[in-house]
Amino acid sequence: MERHFVPKTDAEYTKIDFTSDQMVKWCPGCGDHAILASLLAAFPKLHDKKENICMVSGIGCSSRIPYYVDTYGFHGIHGRACAIATGVKLANPELSVWVNMGDGDSMAIGGNHLIHAVRRNQDLDITIFNNEIYGLTKGQYSPTTKFGQVTKTSPFGTIDYPFNPGELVMGAQGTFFARTLDCVPALTTDIMVRAAEHDGTSVIEVLQNCMIFNDKTHAAITDRAVRDDRTIVLEHGKPMIFGKEKNKGLRFNGRQLEAVTIGENGITIDDIMVHDETTEDTGIHMMLAHMGGDLPVALGVIRNVKKPSYTQLYEHQMDECKASCKYTCVDDLLNSGDTWEV
Amino acid sequence: MSNNQIVNRDDLVVRFAGDSGDGMQLSGTLFSDASALTGNDIATFPDYPAEIRAPHNTIAGVSGYQVHVGSHIYSSGDKCDILVAMNPASFKSQLKWAKKGATVIVDADTFTTEAMEKAGYKENPFTEEFEHAYTIVHAPITSFTQRIGQELGADKKTADKSRNMFALGMIFFLTNKTLEKTNAYLERKFAKKPDVVKLNKAVLSEGYEYAEKLELIHSKIVEVAQAQMPKGRYRNITGNVATAWGLLAASERSGRRLFLGSYPITPATDVMVELSKHKGLGARVFQAEDEIAGICSAIGASYAGALACTSTSGPGLSLKSEALGLAVMTELPLVVVDVQRGGPSTGLPTKTEQSDLNQALYGRNGEAPLIVVAASSSANCFYWAYTAAKLALEHMTPVILLTDGYLGNGSQLFRIPKVADLPSITPRLAKPNDPDYRPFRRDPETFAREWALPGMEGLRHRVGGLEKCPDGPLSTDPENHALMVYNRQEKVNRVANYIPEQEVKGNPDADLLVVGWGGTAGALTLAVEELNNEGKKVAYTHFNYICPLPKNTGDILRKYKKIVVCELNNGQFAGYLRTQYPECPMHQYNKVMGLPFEVGELKAEFERLLEM
Repeated sequence: MERHFVPKTDAEYTKIDFTSDQMVKWCPGCGDHAILASLLAAFPKLHDKKENICMVSGIGCSSRIPYYVDTYGFHGIHGRACAIATGVKLANPELSVWVNMGDGDSMAIGGNHLIHAVRRNQDLDITIFNNEIYGLTKGQYSPTTKFGQVTKTSPFGTIDYPFNPGELVMGAQGTFFARTLDCVPALTTDIMVRAAEHDGTSVIEVLQNCMIFNDKTHAAITDRAVRDDRTIVLEHGKPMIFGKEKNKGLRFNGRQLEAVTIGENGITIDDIMVHDETTEDTGIHMMLAHMGGDLPVALGVIRNVKKPSYTQLYEHQMDECKASCKYTCVDDLLNSGDTWEV
Repeated sequence: MSNNQIVNRDDLVVRFAGDSGDGMQLSGTLFSDASALTGNDIATFPDYPAEIRAPHNTIAGVSGYQVHVGSHIYSSGDKCDILVAMNPASFKSQLKWAKKGATVIVDADTFTTEAMEKAGYKENPFTEEFEHAYTIVHAPITSFTQRIGQELGADKKTADKSRNMFALGMIFFLTNKTLEKTNAYLERKFAKKPDVVKLNKAVLSEGYEYAEKLELIHSKIVEVAQAQMPKGRYRNITGNVATAWGLLAASERSGRRLFLGSYPITPATDVMVELSKHKGLGARVFQAEDEIAGICSAIGASYAGALACTSTSGPGLSLKSEALGLAVMTELPLVVVDVQRGGPSTGLPTKTEQSDLNQALYGRNGEAPLIVVAASSSANCFYWAYTAAKLALEHMTPVILLTDGYLGNGSQLFRIPKVADLPSITPRLAKPNDPDYRPFRRDPETFAREWALPGMEGLRHRVGGLEKCPDGPLSTDPENHALMVYNRQEKVNRVANYIPEQEVKGNPDADLLVVGWGGTAGALTLAVEELNNEGKKVAYTHFNYICPLPKNTGDILRKYKKIVVCELNNGQFAGYLRTQYPECPMHQYNKVMGLPFEVGELKAEFERLLEM
């Protein structure tokens, strides 16, 4: 069952090979620039044949990305990127299919397609640019906007509870979820490579800053001064340690996760949880994805579970059906069953 | 039986009616199959409720299946010569479909006081007056079936399931047919359940013998004339299966993988169900999470090089509107099959109508032209699905194929073609590493762009819903937009150069021209033929190419003093023709009842117009 479909190449590509000739029209300082740079840095590491990469997007600032990458690209309609990408991959499993969407695109108008893409586990690499606002329509609240936030369509504060994309992915039985920040491009690149290597639907949430309509929405965790204390970069097989002094860690106290300080109250490194991205049960991964507030926001690959992908299952079924098919061509089908000569 | 008991007829209409679970669709199918195999032409019309199993013995749960057999069959027939009613509710609701004097077979065992009350009868419907008007057969179907069940050791529930075979056996006797084909079918169908085969065969034969012994109906045995059909190999086929097979044939002939992205919807689901069986022939079927994902996945598949299709019915087409605009804008080949049903909204899911025409023609934002074609018989759904695929692939545009519930669920004889004899299909594929490739470079004749597939070297490009310039990049330039709008329209207009001219049938020298389109051809053909045979003069033209129209359409319309446009909606095609040919006054004959036309009503209307 374990098959890989995207042809590899020995060609040594560089960032330049994937940079398109189109002028990048995002606002200066927009987090999207950094995400694009991370993607352009990830592609050469994958050795996928350049002609076989296809970028699919929906509508929104982030969805302009296919124009800026020199691959095949499809700039779709609002919310439907996952559905379009599903068809691209089904028609030709040899394509490496990347989906780029914003928070509104993926979780409001396109929420249905996202959860079903995740549920199917088709081999798609999905990046969600989460700036917690509708930027292209100039500042309305999105499904991830913080509760109570004042925006153009919530002048008295939102009363909508926001989605947490990671929890949504786990709830839909997702096999890969990772989170990163626009301002840590090296981590983003690493995660993109890991996502591409994963057989199945990979979802990457990038906490991205819209400096025009929602500036500093992630500042509470991304500011250099607080970042190390407010975030934790998870690594498979390693203890969950964070903090400027690398002396804080996460412990499961039997009911929930808690942040502890190594050396205080008798806590040692042995009390700290070791990250296992491969556990099939979503319990701990869900808790990790949920963290925030008193706990650091989890970055890195939170979940990466092996499960036959829709692509593998589909192609396997196609092969089996072809091998056992009693018809060699459509003529055989037309003449099958009860027929008679006049 | 002796020959003098037999009446020869050109055609015969039989209607099977019962509770939704009574197996009436199967009885009808088996009768039509057996008739077809013994040389009759056939057409069938399943008339079933939206509810799967509505409460037992209620009018809401009545399911009907009409079979028209004969020498030359255009439609499933207006009213029936033989009605089978398995319970009081079906008797009550279906009697209106029986001709005066028809043979009506009822399951007498089911006419209990309780069941009659449930059907809304306050007193016994079999009055003396009624018994004079019809040949009524009070057959003890349930009790006979249960007795056989008992003899064979089947439980009551299993025995009751074979009641339909009793009725079918009676019909076989009345139509002078043998049980051989149906017995063979039962052996095949229930190969793993020998008890079921035995029971059904025994009940079938019991029904046959019961009818044979019944002197009352001896005089009514009908020998239906054999069909005179062109030589060839034939089979029975429903419109939805024919549509699926047409797409498979187009995929094979064009060399493009077949992709169908769809969501279940009545009455279109069977297109997807059928294609799902044929992964072995390469059909890539995807049951999407909704209608929108159905078409969007198809658009993605088209971008990646498949013959991409989506199948739906009216409400689903509404949901697909935005994505259809995307397919128009990206100029990708796409076949959208709309098996129309009664609307608006959820409307009449299991009933037929032609009311999606406006939606097909105009239901998108912006200037968004596309090709619209319509099938006109269950069997020719094959050719129109094939043609839709050919047009999409050669002209690089979405195509909407309109069929309807009547065609989709109905069945007909199909003369089996050889795929190699079908018209060729040449997709407009770009050449890898073509240095001059531009996404919107057009063929000077057709205006179709080239199809460059991801995976092809040297043709990387982007498509999408935003306006582009011919070279590919985005453009909001006013002149460019005007040019691209013109190009997309002109591409569709020029399809008229590649389709055959419209034909006039009936009596071309008549004063009255009957105009039809899509699934009404059977009844219209027969009505016009009968009137001409009766010495009236009527001309008839039937449209399958809806947008663009055949080039000579105006010439035809301008020739006739009186034109009547007949359709199962409030006049959508008439309105469309008027916008293009405002100089031609047109009458309309419309029916919006969820039902097909009847020949009788059409003839009456045409005669009225002739006398005007």
